Amino acid sequence: MKIDLFITCLADSYYPRTGIAVVKILEHLGHEVRFPREQTCCGQPMFNTGYKDDTRTIAKKMIDVFEDSDIVVTPSGSCAAMIHENYEVLFENDPVYLKKAKALAAKTHEFILFLTDVLKLNLTDLGVQWKGKATYHYSCHLRGIGVEGGGAKVVDVIKQVNGLEYVQIDKPEQCCGFGGTFAMKYPQISGTMVEDKVNCIKDTQADYVICNDAGCTMNISGSCQRAGHEVKFITLAEIIAEGLGLLEVENV
Amino acid sequence: MSSAPGSQTTASESVELTMDGHDILFPKLPYDMKQRVQGATNNAELQEFVNSATRMRDQMRINGCKDAFGDNYDKIRALAGDIKQHTLDNLDYYIEQFIDNATAAGTNVHYAADAEEANAICKEICQKHNAKLVVKSKSMVTEETNLVHELEAIGVETIETDLGEYILQLDHDAPSHLVTPMIHKNRASVGRAFARELGVEYTDDPGELTKIARRVLRDKYRQADIGMSGGNFMIADSGSVCICTNEGNGRLCTSVPPVHIAYIGIEKMIPSRKHLPVFLKLLSRSAIGSPITVYNHIMTGPKRNAEPDGPQEQHIILIDNGRTEVLKPETREMLRCIRCGACLNSCPVYRKVGGHSYGSVYPGPIGALLTPVFKGLANYKDLPYASSLCGACYEACPVKINIPKYLIQLRSDLIGGKHDKFTDRVFFKLWSFSLKKAWMYRLAGKMAGVFLRLRNKGVKNKNPYLNRGWVEKVPGPAAGWTEKRDLVTPPTKDFRSWWDEHQKSKGGK
Repeated sequence: MKIDLFITCLADSYYPRTGIAVVKILEHLGHEVRFPREQTCCGQPMFNTGYKDDTRTIAKKMIDVFEDSDIVVTPSGSCAAMIHENYEVLFENDPVYLKKAKALAAKTHEFILFLTDVLKLNLTDLGVQWKGKATYHYSCHLRGIGVEGGGAKVVDVIKQVNGLEYVQIDKPEQCCGFGGTFAMKYPQISGTMVEDKVNCIKDTQADYVICNDAGCTMNISGSCQRAGHEVKFITLAEIIAEGLGLLEVENV
Repeated sequence: MSSAPGSQTTASESVELTMDGHDILFPKLPYDMKQRVQGATNNAELQEFVNSATRMRDQMRINGCKDAFGDNYDKIRALAGDIKQHTLDNLDYYIEQFIDNATAAGTNVHYAADAEEANAICKEICQKHNAKLVVKSKSMVTEETNLVHELEAIGVETIETDLGEYILQLDHDAPSHLVTPMIHKNRASVGRAFARELGVEYTDDPGELTKIARRVLRDKYRQADIGMSGGNFMIADSGSVCICTNEGNGRLCTSVPPVHIAYIGIEKMIPSRKHLPVFLKLLSRSAIGSPITVYNHIMTGPKRNAEPDGPQEQHIILIDNGRTEVLKPETREMLRCIRCGACLNSCPVYRKVGGHSYGSVYPGPIGALLTPVFKGLANYKDLPYASSLCGACYEACPVKINIPKYLIQLRSDLIGGKHDKFTDRVFFKLWSFSLKKAWMYRLAGKMAGVFLRLRNKGVKNKNPYLNRGWVEKVPGPAAGWTEKRDLVTPPTKDFRSWWDEHQKSKGGK
């Protein structure tokens, strides 16, 4: 099938390897991947801060960019949730764009859930082989796309990777304290939250934290760095790509 | 009286050293949240026990609800939400029906537009009966109107009988949670307060402390001129009030003294008794995971002639105090709240800052909504932003109030009212503008990258798609970020660069 990639602004600039992995996996599976170059950002930072008018302009652009797409895949639960949950709110009084917003939401999928729910793939059957001791950060925004508990479902997928030693983290459902501008407006609260998360990660003694949302990664890895806790952050997409030999194993 | 062992202070003592209970819930306005947050996050004890108690209750909720409802958990939440929403949509009708039926049952129903009116009505009833002593059960709306202080001011001794509230009253402290009001206190501080205020031997044994409280309170019930309560639910088609307590104190307050006054917010209505089980099933499970509250007390009118006990006179004060304003369609859903406290227990922010950081009677996620709408958005500008929007509260709410959605709505209202900082406004304007064209977005990203990489540290990989480093301090709007963690720097090449190479290597576009 023809799949259009919504890379997200953070993956584009900060975590390009995630996008590279997604493209390589999808092409490996025999799909045609396209990258509409006019895309920018979903507008979540503005929306969450309360700048609705500014967000509307950005959302319209996103909707227009992907209007002709059959399927949109994005490596972020958070950005997918923005499209799923909030675009409708923005266009409550604009029937034309409300319809388009709903259409975009219907065809937009978070990458891992796309593999499992749409393509119905199993990573073991696919032959994903990857070595490492890893825990997983349940990103909150999976709630926004209907994954209750924030990620137990993704854990099941992770466990399908041959050779991966999975370690469960304590307080998995507890937010890491990112929250976009929240982290900047309330460093004290956000900082205490992320310290809690880092301590839970330390307790797992894992070498890798699988974190599929770039926002959470920036926050938690930044806090690990500050605390001097050495742990590698990787997305499940990167693990799959490495595990299928599509990406070289590297020090992430 | 023995001296209390241990010199460690409790959470509330160290956070609110110079405040009494009144100042904690009624701070100077506009309220600045940051100071209390600082105190709370630096308080290791509060971090430990609020964190653990809330997590434990949250897990109990999940277990209790999953056991009882299984896959229907979401459905019963939706049903409860729909019942409340329907009632709120037709609140005028149901209030009228309630007043008619309660009046027919012999209750005096009063309507108070605000806190002042409600307390005036209450004080008038006290004065009419020459009341010297009032016993009351737990009621958030009496906290909202600051009733106890007002009654004490006219010489009416008013005793809180809910054990947690009683302890807080003794210790001149204030509730920090909707259901477990003394979640921020430890037992040593309770022991000290009992020793100091009641002149008893110091003990921190919960069983002993409960016995002492019980002994003191029993006499108060017998002596009281008036018993007061709140109300968990008002039942429109019978004019009844339902109160749910776990200690039996509500039942004593409403049946032993000769006069009973109930303070109830108008949103506590449900249409009929047949709807009550839905809420009774959810209330206690959502609060503490237990199947049902121990005492569920439904009162319809005062004591009838043939009945052996109950009050001879009953008053219900229906309290608006800002609620009709919230009833407008854009915010109506917020009034579904049944005060179970599940959103507090599930909230990672509440777990870190405790209830007093919210500077009002209603703490936690629901408080961050209700306080600004009840007391003025400009007075509580900090609260809507004090959330990471993680959605745990929405998932826990038994009446499905979409708390994150309304928090964002309040943020948007603040911006509409020009309450945002000018620098923030400009920053987001510029950022939004740069997102209109992909080339501007990319240029802005590249410039930020260059700026950040000048301060780069700890680059470990030479791969241009992986050569991220770290910045320890940044100026401007992101300064808050580096206060608590390092900021990652972007690698030298972005995804778009790879895409172009990839297309070339395929010999494509």
